[in-house]
Amino acid sequence: MQRIGVFVCWCGSNIAGTVDVQAVSEALKSEPGVVFSANYQYMCSQAGQNMIIEAVKKHKLTGIVVCSCSPRMHEATFRKTAAAAGLNPYMVEIANIREQCSWVHKDMATGTEKAIILGKAAIAKVNLNTPLTPGESPVTKRALVIGGGIAGIQTALDIADAGFEVDIVEKKPTIGGKMAQLDKTFPTLDCAACILTPKMVDVAQNDKIRIFSYSEVTEVKGFVGNFDVKIKKKARFVNESLCTGCGACTEKCPMKKVPNEFNLGMDNRRAIYIPFAQAVPKVATIDPDYCNMLKNGKCGVCAKVCTAGAIDYTQKDEFIEEKYGAIVVATGFNPISMDKFDEFAYNQSKDVITSLEFERLTNAAGPTAGKLLRPSDGKHPHTIVFVQCVGSRCDSCAEKGKEYCSKICCMYTAKHAMLTRDKYPDTDVYVFYIDVRTPGKSFDEFYRRAVEEYGVHYIKGMVGKVSPEGDKLKVQASDLLNNKQLHIDADLVVLAAAIEPDKSARPLATMLTASMDTNDFFTEAHPKLRPVESPTAGVFLSGTCQGPKDIPETVSQASAAAAKVIGLLAKDKLTGNPCIASSDELMCNGCSSCERVCAYGAITYVDKEFRMPDRTTAIRRVAQVNPAVCQGCGACTVACPSGAMDLRGFASNQIIAEVDAICK
Amino acid sequence: MNKANENLREEIIRMSGVNPKKCMRCGKCSATCPAFDEMEYHPHQFVNMVESGDIEPLLNSDSLYKCLSCFACIERCPRSVEPAKLVEAVRLSVIRRQGENHLTANDIPALIDDEMPQQAIVSAFRKYTK
Repeated sequence: MQRIGVFVCWCGSNIAGTVDVQAVSEALKSEPGVVFSANYQYMCSQAGQNMIIEAVKKHKLTGIVVCSCSPRMHEATFRKTAAAAGLNPYMVEIANIREQCSWVHKDMATGTEKAIILGKAAIAKVNLNTPLTPGESPVTKRALVIGGGIAGIQTALDIADAGFEVDIVEKKPTIGGKMAQLDKTFPTLDCAACILTPKMVDVAQNDKIRIFSYSEVTEVKGFVGNFDVKIKKKARFVNESLCTGCGACTEKCPMKKVPNEFNLGMDNRRAIYIPFAQAVPKVATIDPDYCNMLKNGKCGVCAKVCTAGAIDYTQKDEFIEEKYGAIVVATGFNPISMDKFDEFAYNQSKDVITSLEFERLTNAAGPTAGKLLRPSDGKHPHTIVFVQCVGSRCDSCAEKGKEYCSKICCMYTAKHAMLTRDKYPDTDVYVFYIDVRTPGKSFDEFYRRAVEEYGVHYIKGMVGKVSPEGDKLKVQASDLLNNKQLHIDADLVVLAAAIEPDKSARPLATMLTASMDTNDFFTEAHPKLRPVESPTAGVFLSGTCQGPKDIPETVSQASAAAAKVIGLLAKDKLTGNPCIASSDELMCNGCSSCERVCAYGAITYVDKEFRMPDRTTAIRRVAQVNPAVCQGCGACTVACPSGAMDLRGFASNQIIAEVDAICK
Repeated sequence: MNKANENLREEIIRMSGVNPKKCMRCGKCSATCPAFDEMEYHPHQFVNMVESGDIEPLLNSDSLYKCLSCFACIERCPRSVEPAKLVEAVRLSVIRRQGENHLTANDIPALIDDEMPQQAIVSAFRKYTK
């Protein structure tokens, strides 16, 4: 029989205002197992906690019930108190008489009655509580960062800075991501390459960081602290350790008409290529879809011109298996396809472009060497129309577009408009907006400058139709503040396309058993208080894979994710949550129901030898729970048809005892 | 909003099946409307005026008969608001009153010319009469 102490908290007037705390502590005194009952103004205060410790010693208590606020608030506090008093922390139960009682009732009599019932339920449970001890597992002191954009780069640098090894897996031939494609960055207008490429070089030179470029994660097993990851290093047909990045091969390759993805197809590259001058690693890659040697066995020019002898047409995909303690997802974003937005004539005219294409058109390393020229005829555009919210903020019933605000478009459009007016004052620039959303440091000032100092025409309204006529683009739009329909003859139309998570994110989420929202953004463990962690232990989120964000926010989150990873890797052992599932092997019938419902992949099956009553032995298939992976959700205990699966600390008989106490 | 306006608004919303609260005021409907210049009240104003119960001016406006029912606004509205359906509901609430047919058989001969397809006359009857 337990010796239980009951402690009823007033929470100032939060509880005592609606619940007669004296009556509650009196009523609970006579419950089975209760040997002490008291109430106090603030149980969570030092004095309140001392009161518990003294009571444990004086009355030789074996269990504690605290009638107070939500266990989310102070369960940890009172468990520590119990430990300080020499009790097992899991002998503490909280009856939530604040959020679930005093705050939702106005009437003192009702509130008091319910508080007593909730207290009885907690007492019934403590009577069946057993001491629990959390398990321990070791930590592999190496982190994996998936994605080598600015998010992945910053996370990797910060983790390496703390002295831990980091591997970056990047699917493209170079790290750098979307930021490497940008021209200037708002609101300070620093050149993106000037601030990014030094970081890329830092990554390359850091002896704690390894870069697996042109590689993808293909398999993830294990759990927090102990992930086993398989990485596919795609064949680039160039020996990375021999290639010096001199670029001779990329000049001599006869295959000249390959669309250059780095410039979004606005110019061509060769079949052997280095994506851009500051690429890291600066190593050539052969595109097997276009290389004549790989396709037909004819050519071999690159091998002839390569003085380092780095070309290897026989290279095969290579698989690397590595152990990691933590995984950071930094898979980034892409602009959505404009195929469904026929009204803007994106597929009909080369002069209707997306904002990312505009970045390349104004970038000194872009297809026009930084001169703003129309893709169709290479002429300087004199009237430019920017359209915001293309595919953002759409209704869920609409067949195209995304429901969310893409967040970055207002600012980059203001930047594009401002820079155009700055460089080409003879250009008329129109921006059609629904709302201008600029809530960031120096952001609204930046937008106002575009309007007031640079004379950008901001028009509240949307473009309805773009029709190419001759060498003009007829833009039909509404000007809502003047209640007019406008017809503008434009030379260039720039669409601020919504952004969406990279397509590789969903299969990766499945591998990691990390949860995603309906838009394929990774879900954070708590939207406010745990914004850089996935609900899956050991998986962290960095950058736009979690939601639209600009560079400053991405870098902040990247460093935050790194801090969380460092906190994890700094531990030699991980203490688990003891409230996890366990299977009674004698009752388990090996049906796999639990394995199927487990969202965390915590359950495996083993063949085990059992002694039968007749002294023979038999091999039976039974479930085993990996205590380091189990999150204690309890789905398996519900699915188990034989009643073999139970949750420690929330066992079926404990829950039933609580229900009985409430219904009595 | 007075009771009469509120009733009228509820009726229009019920008839059209449109929820004007979904509108985010982007004006793409009016940007896309080919009859914009003919209209006194434009598609985005229809949505806004119905939502605020300011329907009386719409009932008396010629704009009701200027909408081509081309549904470009429905097709392009990012919020699935369907402004043309609202215009139609307001028009029907006028036409359904006694003696309020916008087109009678006697009006036809004067309107007819050699190039007008018969289908246009049929659909005009559907659109403008009970």
